[in-house]
Amino acid sequence: MNSHHAAWWFLTPALLVLGLFFLLPVIGALALSLTDYDLYALANIHNLRFVALQNYWALLHQPLFWSALGNTFYFVLVGVPLSMGASLAAALLLNSPLARIKPFFRTALFAPVVTTVVAVAVIWRYLFNTKYGLVNYGLAEIGIHPMDWLGDPHWAMPTIIAFAVWKNFGYNMIIFLAGLQAIPLDLYEAARIDGASAPRQFWHITLPMLKPTLLMVSILTVAGYFQLFAEPYVMTEGGPLQSTVSVLYLMYEDGFKWWNLGAASAVAFVLFVIIFVVTTLLLKLSRRGEDAA
Amino acid sequence: MIHGQRPMRASHRWRRWWPLTLVLLCGLCACRHHEEDAQTLTLWAMGREGEVVAQLMPAFEHEHPGIHVQVQQLPWKEAHQKLLTAFAGGTTPDITQLGNTWVAELAALHALQPLQPYLEQSRGVQSSDYFPGIWATNVVDGTLYGVPWYVDTRLLFYRKDLLKAAGFDAPPRDWAEWSQQMAALKAHDGADRYAILLPTNEFEQLLSLALQQDDPLLRDGGRYGNFESAGFKRALTFYVGMFQRHEAPLLSNTEVSNPWIEFGRGVYTFYLSGAWNIGEFRHRLPATQQGDWATAPLPGPNGAGAGIAGGSSLVIFRNSAHKAQAWQLIEYLSQAQVQQQFYALLGDMPPRRSSWQGAALSSDPAAQAFRMQLERVRPTPAVPEWERIVTEMQLIAARAAHGELTVDQAAAELDQRTDAILEKRRWMLDHRQADPAQGHHP
Repeated sequence: MNSHHAAWWFLTPALLVLGLFFLLPVIGALALSLTDYDLYALANIHNLRFVALQNYWALLHQPLFWSALGNTFYFVLVGVPLSMGASLAAALLLNSPLARIKPFFRTALFAPVVTTVVAVAVIWRYLFNTKYGLVNYGLAEIGIHPMDWLGDPHWAMPTIIAFAVWKNFGYNMIIFLAGLQAIPLDLYEAARIDGASAPRQFWHITLPMLKPTLLMVSILTVAGYFQLFAEPYVMTEGGPLQSTVSVLYLMYEDGFKWWNLGAASAVAFVLFVIIFVVTTLLLKLSRRGEDAA
Repeated sequence: MIHGQRPMRASHRWRRWWPLTLVLLCGLCACRHHEEDAQTLTLWAMGREGEVVAQLMPAFEHEHPGIHVQVQQLPWKEAHQKLLTAFAGGTTPDITQLGNTWVAELAALHALQPLQPYLEQSRGVQSSDYFPGIWATNVVDGTLYGVPWYVDTRLLFYRKDLLKAAGFDAPPRDWAEWSQQMAALKAHDGADRYAILLPTNEFEQLLSLALQQDDPLLRDGGRYGNFESAGFKRALTFYVGMFQRHEAPLLSNTEVSNPWIEFGRGVYTFYLSGAWNIGEFRHRLPATQQGDWATAPLPGPNGAGAGIAGGSSLVIFRNSAHKAQAWQLIEYLSQAQVQQQFYALLGDMPPRRSSWQGAALSSDPAAQAFRMQLERVRPTPAVPEWERIVTEMQLIAARAAHGELTVDQAAAELDQRTDAILEKRRWMLDHRQADPAQGHHP
């Protein structure tokens, strides 16, 4: 047995697990998306029909799919920059030599990540309650009219974004913190000797040195934010006026409310393709930036 | 195995573990023994009903010493999904509460036990004592799958004083009178007050009007939508008209933060809603206003109209091992006295005429309007896709109310979407006819 064979033997357990628990279900879902698996098929498998690409065709003609796609892009385009900005700002503060009791703040800022969405959503629903909420109370103090945060179609998505950003920024903060600590201090020292101000140091040293971290974090965050589901599910149930229905929420309703698992699998694959394309574009974009530099 | 000893031999190991094994075995025996001794029935019930029904169980267990009932509560929001996943996973309970619009769906899955044989031998449950429209919601393609547990319908809550101020002594009896009263109320009360509240995201109001028509909502045995019929268009025209004349505000129920207080303030005179609001109005309106409101049966196009046959049924699952005991539980929960107790605890109205003879219901004027209307309620089409169709109906009706679609356009759009939803059902029905062995109900 040569070393090449041995390598495959070592890989076998991992490949088996991946194949069994990842590849097989994915192929299964793809096959399911080409059928009309529904309630009748659940009752009797003879009622299953092969429909080729009809599920996808029907999806593209469904107005709710396009509005769900719009809502999801809204969430990603606003949520990802906000989330990464908050993470980076928190990481910079924590990394600053002026910061005190760092372990405490690090834990406190990371805490939302490890709490359960449902429990936190209950608190947020109270905070944003039209009548009794702390947010409207605070706004009233400075003379702003109370708002129906989760009941108004225009404000529901911004509220969901605020919730998601708060819930998730701690995770990226830790990654940024690690990235910041890896930047050699002598670079800053040299810059200081040359008389560079703090913003210039940030722009010319911190950001370029953080670039690989930024790229990884942006890809992970974009992929994660496209899969928006738990927040609208626990906060608004997709309402008001379907203004917080995301693509994944649509899939959930199709699949588990109406039990059209064939159509729901098609939604899942469309979302997969979208995430794949967007992350590939991000990678391409960053590579081109590197070539230019 | 410390200090580099040789591994223990098997006999040693066994000696160490046998007490534990014995305990486990005894535990298993005890479980089995327990099961044989008292049979455990699992009952799933939703929301408040789930909380309250547990209080009725000790009396049942006292009457039937061999049966233990385990009540599991499901939140309404998750109930439908939970039932379907339980069916897919083969973990259904013996008996469950089921919203009566879901009966057709679970019947299509062959998940439910037909109940006609049990009914024929039963002395307690008599179908003739039930309101016919409610009983009909449990019959799918001629087979009985459930027994009604409690009922609801939608009718008019109205402000007596405001109606009187507009010049009317009695609530409307038909659509013509109703239109006349709403027009007068709107003229009398001005721009910021309305004649009626119809939240645009609730389908029950339009559905009530549509059920009052002679045309069925689906045609050809539930194969196609029938929303372009003259009847449905008449209902939709009446519904949309109330919004166009500003007699009803264009609001969804999430935008009406407190309908009871606003009803008390006279923001609207009519409120088309269900039985639970009797309790809400008694609880939320001040004592001085309690004489100002009343309930009235829904007016129909020509005289007293039909209404929705809402509520929940009790069903037995086909793969239950204790069907006879489950039927005993249904008989118990169907007793007039138990239903009266249930009404006292929760306010859920009973589906049997004999249960309505109790003092709490027969002396309550607000409940009597429900009693009258319950004689006239009509079931919705018993197809599994109904809930989806009615969701689409309301989405399109709301667009028509907003003026985005005309009545004709809305009806055509609705028929088109309904026909698409029913495509599989048509295929199933044709398939079944071509091959009689398929889909045969055993």
